[in-house]
Amino acid sequence: MEVTATWYLVLSAVLFSLGTFGLLTRRNPLVMFMCVELMLNAVNLSFVAFSNALGDLAGQTAVFFVLVVAAAEVVVGLSIVVALLRRRPDATVDEFVEMRG
Amino acid sequence: MLEAAWLIPAFPLFGFLLILLVGRRLGEPLAGWLGTAMMGGSFLATVTVFAGLLAEEEPERFFIQKIFTWVPAGSFSVDVGFLVDPLSIAMCLFITGVGTLIHLYSVGYMHGDPNFSKFFLYLNLFAASMLVLVLGDNLLLTFLGWEGVGLCSYLLISFWFTSEANASAGKKAFVTNRIGDFGFMLGMFLVFKAIGSINYADIIVEAPGLAIGTATGITLLMFLAATGKSAQIPLFVWLPDAMAGPTPVSALIHAATMVTSGVYLLTRLNPVLAVSEPWTLDMIAWVGAITGLVAALAAVVQNDIKKVLAYSTISQLGYLFMAVGVGAYVPAIFHMITHAFFKALLFLGSGSVIHGVHDEQDMRRMGGLYKLMPITAGTFIIGWLAIAGVPPFAGFWSKDEILLYAFDVNPALWFVGLVTALLTAFYMTRQVILTFFGRTRFFDAHADEIEAAFTGRLEAASAGIQAAREDVVKAQEALDKAKTDLPKRKEAIEKAGASLAEASAAVEASSPEADGHDKLVKALDKATKAVPKAEDAMAKARTKVVDAELAVAAAEQAQVDAAALRREIDAARSNAPAVPQHVTALTPAPDISEFEDAMPDSYRARQEYHPHESPWTMTLPLVALSGFAIVAGGLNLPFTKDLHFLEHWLEPSLFANEHHLTASAATKWILAAIAIAVGLVAIVAAFAVYLRGSRRPESIENPNLGLAVAYDRAIATFAGGPGTEAFESAAWFDENVIDGAVDGVPSLISGTAGQARGLQSGFVRFYGLVVVLGTGVLVVVLLRSLVL
Repeated sequence: MEVTATWYLVLSAVLFSLGTFGLLTRRNPLVMFMCVELMLNAVNLSFVAFSNALGDLAGQTAVFFVLVVAAAEVVVGLSIVVALLRRRPDATVDEFVEMRG
Repeated sequence: MLEAAWLIPAFPLFGFLLILLVGRRLGEPLAGWLGTAMMGGSFLATVTVFAGLLAEEEPERFFIQKIFTWVPAGSFSVDVGFLVDPLSIAMCLFITGVGTLIHLYSVGYMHGDPNFSKFFLYLNLFAASMLVLVLGDNLLLTFLGWEGVGLCSYLLISFWFTSEANASAGKKAFVTNRIGDFGFMLGMFLVFKAIGSINYADIIVEAPGLAIGTATGITLLMFLAATGKSAQIPLFVWLPDAMAGPTPVSALIHAATMVTSGVYLLTRLNPVLAVSEPWTLDMIAWVGAITGLVAALAAVVQNDIKKVLAYSTISQLGYLFMAVGVGAYVPAIFHMITHAFFKALLFLGSGSVIHGVHDEQDMRRMGGLYKLMPITAGTFIIGWLAIAGVPPFAGFWSKDEILLYAFDVNPALWFVGLVTALLTAFYMTRQVILTFFGRTRFFDAHADEIEAAFTGRLEAASAGIQAAREDVVKAQEALDKAKTDLPKRKEAIEKAGASLAEASAAVEASSPEADGHDKLVKALDKATKAVPKAEDAMAKARTKVVDAELAVAAAEQAQVDAAALRREIDAARSNAPAVPQHVTALTPAPDISEFEDAMPDSYRARQEYHPHESPWTMTLPLVALSGFAIVAGGLNLPFTKDLHFLEHWLEPSLFANEHHLTASAATKWILAAIAIAVGLVAIVAAFAVYLRGSRRPESIENPNLGLAVAYDRAIATFAGGPGTEAFESAAWFDENVIDGAVDGVPSLISGTAGQARGLQSGFVRFYGLVVVLGTGVLVVVLLRSLVL
């Protein structure tokens, strides 16, 4: 049985859905953060799968950009999460509503 | 020498700035002398420029001195520049000349006023504005001066602003003038639209090429402006009220300068007037003629010495408009100059009278003043002869000239003008007689003083009645008390008798040896004494009753007497000497000998006062102006062409539309003879009524003559009632609709934003859900577009 691009895409879709579901249902900021990473990597996977299937390197180039951006985002995001959790160790995101209009 | 033109307005402007900075420190009289010196400097500068202009060839007498560019806006550019030509210099000569004399006069007139320096501050600013108005080489600069004189007029009319009436008179003048200013602005815009420039030099060149409709529009708008400043129908109502200001202001603003600016404007724009529809000129002439007549009628029934002159000024300005309307520009300027002299003289003379008689302005309370103020009276009489049109005084020549031109164009105008001349001679004669001749009525009791005297006496009588009434009540009470005392006394006597009988019986019953016998004898003694005592008391009580009865009777009598006295005073009041509404030189003084002692303090204070001649600072300008009022006719004598000095002089300024006489010499002589005859008839009639009493003044001073006054009152009623409501509804519209629209936009935005901010809940997961749903929608939409 040959592993076609479809397999990868299905896996990617499953991972993306898991990530989305987790993001919407979990309240722990760290877990939500991990869910966002999961969604990003699901997209990366589909990029690579398409790149391979179509023989176009542009998809893999995009992945590098995503990885770089994700790394930067992790730096900022994690530091915010750490700062928040240091103030209130068992807080959920629903408690941080300072930005309410 | 022409380069000195800028100095003409600069001198008073500099004076204004100087007084503004150090006026309070200079105080009285230095600030006044400074202001006067600045006007004098301005006059000298004018004379210098005048001499320079004389040295030029006649066609070259047109000089523009540019100071700087004021409004550079693309192709439109306005300079601050002064136009020196015969017309503007003729105006400047009498503005600065008369202005200097009025400044000098004010030094004396404003003596002792707490705001002495402020007065000269305003006067200098006024003079500077007026000179800018006249000298400006374009409409905008003229408008600057136009507004400047309006502002100063407001400031000076309400100079004594602590009185409500003065303050509102200033406001009335300002608001009424604004209506005219609106015409000026629109006219100026129209000139710019049509010609592309508002410089007089360009207007003169371009005017003949204007479309008739445009020229008519400009003429009508500028005429509206002129009716405001020059107090013509329908905007004349502010001028009589403007008499609330100090008298030098009335002379400067309302006789010599500001009010002439409308005539100046129309004369300056004569090339435009020439192109407009002929009926506009007829309208100007008729408005002038009717204003003259209506104002002259009103002047006949005025009793305030300044109001007579105010209506007279309106009436004379009517002549000027009539002259402009018939194209008689030279006579208009001629009469403007002579009028400036004699009307300033009359106003200053009336100010001198008011100053001399302790701020009394009612002519009914003057009379006989020629003995007390000979210089004022003498100069005033010269002014009177000049305005009444008696040859050879100045007013005769200029007025006759206007009437001649009016006759040449339309005899109906001439007739109205002639009636106005008749009325003018009449009311001025009336004024002179009431002020300077006959009995000195200054000391007479005023109606309100007589009334006050009676009121005082009546109050005293009423108090007497009240006191008597109280006395009666008191006496009655005493009587009642005495009467209730009587039976008590009677009882006491009976009691005393009974106890006496008892005591004697007891004494007889007991034996002398018995123990208590002494005691009983003593008791008998006591009882025996008590009887006459009680009888005594009884007698006293009886006299008391009699006394009280007498007192009651006396008090009642007093009450009756007091009531009778009051009735007597009441009766005397109804027979009190009438203070006449209309007076002549012969009117006797009201006889108040019976109640002289009850007259209020104001009456007594007046008996101590001595009407006096004014100081030299006031009489000197009077003498100078009266000199001009005599000889100013020489400017333009009609006999031969060589004597038409003013006409030759003004020739270069009048480019078009000038009417040239067609009347024959015989017609001229006949018209002059008629004018003289009419003036003399009016003077004789006024003498007959007011000096000889051959007719009662009531028969002439019919209140219906005050048409102008009624018009003024109607406007006041309208402005106070429906006018105020209309403006309030306009204000409502402004506040609610205009401001509502402006305020509505931001409140709409902030309202919407207020609703929208509910979406920003601050829950991160909610934002995530929205993003996911949004993505879902986008995906569906994009896929659909791909598929379909």
